Amino acid sequence: MTAAVPVARRRAARAAERGTDRAARPGAVWVLPAVLFFGLFAGLPLVLVAVLSFTSWNGLGTPTFNGLDNWRRLLKDSSVLDSLRISAILTVLSWAVQTPLALLLGVWAAGRQRNRAVLSSVFFLPLLMSTAAIAITWLTLLDPNFGLAAKFGHYIGFPDGNIIGSPRGALACIVVVVTWQFVPFHTLLYQAAARQVPRSLYDAATVDGAGRVRQFRHVTLPQLRNTIVTSSVLMLVGSLTYFETVLILTQGGPGTSTTILPQKMYISAFRDYQMGYASVIALALVALGTALSLLIVRFSGFAKMRSTLEGM
Amino acid sequence: MGEKPLSRRTFLSAAGIAGLSAPLLAACGTSGPGDSGAKGGGKTLQAWVLVDQAQNRVQQGAITDFNKASASKVKLLPISSDGAAYTDKLRVGMGSPNPPDIFFNWGSGSIRNYVQTGGLVDLGPKLSSDTAWKNSFLPSVLDAGKIDGKYYGIPLRGMQPVILFYNKTLFAEQGQKPPATFDDLLKLVDFFKSKSIQPFALGGLDQWPNLMWLEYLVERTGGPSVFENIAAGKPGAWQDPAITTALQQIRDLVDRGAFGTNFNSVNYVKDGAGLLFAKGKAAMHLMGTWEVSNQVDRHKSFAAKDLSFAPFPLVTGGKGDPNAVVGNPTNYFSVSTKSADKDAAIDFLKKEMSSGAYVDALIKTGDVPAVAGIEGKLGASPQPDFARYVYQLVQKAPSFTLSWDQALAPQLKTPLLSNLQSVFTKKKSPEQFVSAMESVK
Repeated sequence: MTAAVPVARRRAARAAERGTDRAARPGAVWVLPAVLFFGLFAGLPLVLVAVLSFTSWNGLGTPTFNGLDNWRRLLKDSSVLDSLRISAILTVLSWAVQTPLALLLGVWAAGRQRNRAVLSSVFFLPLLMSTAAIAITWLTLLDPNFGLAAKFGHYIGFPDGNIIGSPRGALACIVVVVTWQFVPFHTLLYQAAARQVPRSLYDAATVDGAGRVRQFRHVTLPQLRNTIVTSSVLMLVGSLTYFETVLILTQGGPGTSTTILPQKMYISAFRDYQMGYASVIALALVALGTALSLLIVRFSGFAKMRSTLEGM
Repeated sequence: MGEKPLSRRTFLSAAGIAGLSAPLLAACGTSGPGDSGAKGGGKTLQAWVLVDQAQNRVQQGAITDFNKASASKVKLLPISSDGAAYTDKLRVGMGSPNPPDIFFNWGSGSIRNYVQTGGLVDLGPKLSSDTAWKNSFLPSVLDAGKIDGKYYGIPLRGMQPVILFYNKTLFAEQGQKPPATFDDLLKLVDFFKSKSIQPFALGGLDQWPNLMWLEYLVERTGGPSVFENIAAGKPGAWQDPAITTALQQIRDLVDRGAFGTNFNSVNYVKDGAGLLFAKGKAAMHLMGTWEVSNQVDRHKSFAAKDLSFAPFPLVTGGKGDPNAVVGNPTNYFSVSTKSADKDAAIDFLKKEMSSGAYVDALIKTGDVPAVAGIEGKLGASPQPDFARYVYQLVQKAPSFTLSWDQALAPQLKTPLLSNLQSVFTKKKSPEQFVSAMESVK
């Protein structure tokens, strides 16, 4: 991927020499199906939600326009602010836990011995399971009387196994479950990227007398820069939409201590039947996700698509 | 809690997925499998019900019987999986141009919006013109389905009051009796605590089981009018002293260890609380009648040998009648105004819902139908003693308060459950609960 630009340029230059530049370029009509699908299933719903956000609608009959009421309410709603705070904590925590784990596992799994291949496929198992199945399995493990929580709770400060029923414990459980579920995916990304790092860099580092740790710090990590950005964007934006895990594990409780923003949106729409207000929260989520990914891309230098092979 | 009468089966997570796809469906206006076109003179009517193998068989029996003699045919459409997913789907269906013709519901708050938007047929005139039909149901149960004084639902299932279950073997071993007063109950709590047995099982993780305690304690202390005022949306209704008293009683119970210490991690729907109770680790369990079928399904020998039941104790000096009950009177069938053939739909309810065959089939599944004059038939129940007990309990009850989360406007439900959970975990005081509930608009 990293070498794509020069290769493409060279190819284009060769094509120009032969005078077939124009013919080789696909017409705009080829993107039509994709644009249509995107418009129908992403663009149109987004527009409809935006329209709904200016209405009061309980899901029955016709929505009535109420101007900026929902937006004003959003700014004053302390429970939304709470949800936003919980979402932020969850996002930061799960990024901080998942990234090092996935990075180390991925780099390790990029080696080629046979036992690694076997172990890797074991690590990747959670990737195959549905979120609901994962959450239900963990819920059973976390049962304070008959699950593992009863046996091991007191090692981590929950002598009565009341992990998922305490505000801190519940949040920690969600981080653990989400990590367990998504680390394999990110490991896969890092594994693929680590395999792309040219051997010659390591050979040169060895000649210069760098040990394994220094090689990791000064060769592997910089080479994985773009992958780290990609994986972080996926994690951070993804964590804004965590939903099923929370719904099944804690239902937003105890109290409201794990009611993250998507949960709050769901409750507004399908428990309170305030579709207009839920639309406002949904749009806030869209804005937040977009802003977050733009920020990361901008400040990490990812947008410039600077090759990691520069100076080679 | 009201949404869960059938969900003794495993809680499935389809709720989330159903919820997410709903707005798209609603936006396109094509939701709800609309198959109500004309067929051979008659129409095909859809009857939406919750998936429940035993119940669906009984409902299908009634439909087969009706279809034999009717031009318009009724078709059963069981919808998975738990209460929440069903209500979401129903909402989308009712908002679409093709709503179900007949559908299962919990009465009161669960259908009030549909009534307000003119989506439901007022069955009152039909009931009054056919008094025999009206009188075939228990009045308190039929009335519990009323909205603004009008009838929109016909009882479809058994009655589901909340009952104090106890482990009779454990009680006998320890020389104890079920509590007659709240003070007795506190003594029992202290007694079992001293024996290292958890006094009550409570599935606090699911939140709605907590509500049963508040409902009964408010009922016993202040009588049914306290909640009637809340349900009617009267200003300051949450400030009734009975609410604060009941919440303080709850805190007292928590402090005494009535529910153990980890009840907030215990679920009901995946049998956490039921298992504690069945294993003898908890002595009592406050739960809806469906707890019996739950125990019969999962812990047969416990259900046969140890499971017993008592009314909720009276609160000394309380205004409430000790015979009053709370819970879910029953489930109802309602008819949409947009139905392809309203008359056929009503005929179906008239002909089948109190018919002998239907009642017999319900009793065989362990249900106690809300139909008048069936004492003689209850012997056919798999738990005849329990069936008779429930039937008499409801018959002599001066009031039957519907589960609050079903009776209240939808936007009150989530704050009610989460604020109450905060009282149980001592994150909120009774006064904070009251002011939080007063501020919900």
